Amino acid sequence: MTAARLFLLQRASAAVLALAVLVHLATIIIAVRGGLTAGEILGRTSGNVAWLAFYALFVIAAAIHAPIGLRNILREWTGWRGRSCDLAMMLLSAALLALGLRAAWAVYAA
Amino acid sequence: MSATLSVSVQRGTDGRRIDRFEVPRQPAQTVLDVVTWIQREADPTLAYRFACRVGMCGSCAMTVNGKPRWTCRTRVETVAPDGCLTLEPLRNMPVVKDLVVDMAPFFAKWTAAHGVFTPRENLGADFAVVPPSSPERRAADAAIECIGCGVCYSACDVVAWRSDYLGPAALNRAWTLVNDVRDGHARERLVAVAGDAGCHACHSHGSCTQHCPKSLSPTASIAGLKRAVLRATLRGEL
Ligand code: SF4
Ligand code: SF4
Ligand code: FES
Repeated sequence: MTAARLFLLQRASAAVLALAVLVHLATIIIAVRGGLTAGEILGRTSGNVAWLAFYALFVIAAAIHAPIGLRNILREWTGWRGRSCDLAMMLLSAALLALGLRAAWAVYAA
Repeated sequence: MSATLSVSVQRGTDGRRIDRFEVPRQPAQTVLDVVTWIQREADPTLAYRFACRVGMCGSCAMTVNGKPRWTCRTRVETVAPDGCLTLEPLRNMPVVKDLVVDMAPFFAKWTAAHGVFTPRENLGADFAVVPPSSPERRAADAAIECIGCGVCYSACDVVAWRSDYLGPAALNRAWTLVNDVRDGHARERLVAVAGDAGCHACHSHGSCTQHCPKSLSPTASIAGLKRAVLRATLRGEL
């Protein structure tokens, strides 16, 4: 993938993340302030396709955004470049995706 | 104001030797005047570089009290109110000797950034006039006054961190040509600057803009390149 495409992907995922993080934080604050228990929260999220879709999107954006950014930092600060670095970043992306989607699914299927 | 300046000058190539000189103060004295005095009156083996002495050629830049500057247009009183000057070669370029750096890698990056005007086809035999008041011309003019002094390149931390980064001056030049409606190599140029060591490596922290003696903004030029690359990518051209 070209540097220009990576740049585009990183900016686009950042735009998604900016919104998603706000919604996520607002949800946490509302839930905590409202004194909801874990059980009550799960009661609202389980079976809710909208929450599943939101968190799936959040996870996908993070799995795109974080490895590209980390790759830039590694290239600049450690000089680790080339295929091995790209491969490691792809693995990181896959791990974020798998763990994140698993969590989103768990909240949905609870 | 004391009658003399206390001047420390880095010598040799490895940065380890510092020589000290007492230089008589003069009204309206420039840093280049000080260096010239040292070479003529105190130590003829001192190596430094200059040509025009009026801020046009871009050959006299050095690190003055820690900051990169054009020395022919830098008054001593503005940079050394206490009468102490430390002169070192520019950062980020190999030192040839004393205050002279090798600018070849710096200019090689201008070539790598496709910083060469390449007329488009069918430009016609007559002069290709771009009226001075037209928006196209103003866009091309914004960054055109670069004298190639290397001050921005020396001020840029990203160049220090990764030696392959094209750097502010080359990218600034590329941006000027991207805006030149007579040029025919827009795509090739965008490909050249969109590479991994190109415009996306810039952190936009503005050190280049802060130090450019011509008050240009390579930071803005690089941001322009990022936008142009983004547009071309969205169109599927890159
Ligand atoms: S704005 Fe970009 S080019 Fe200018 S000094 Fe900072 S990193 Fe270097
Ligand atoms: S952009 Fe400014 S600082 Fe950089 S080389 Fe050109 S004139 Fe010098
Ligand atoms: S000697 Fe030409 S710019 Fe200073």
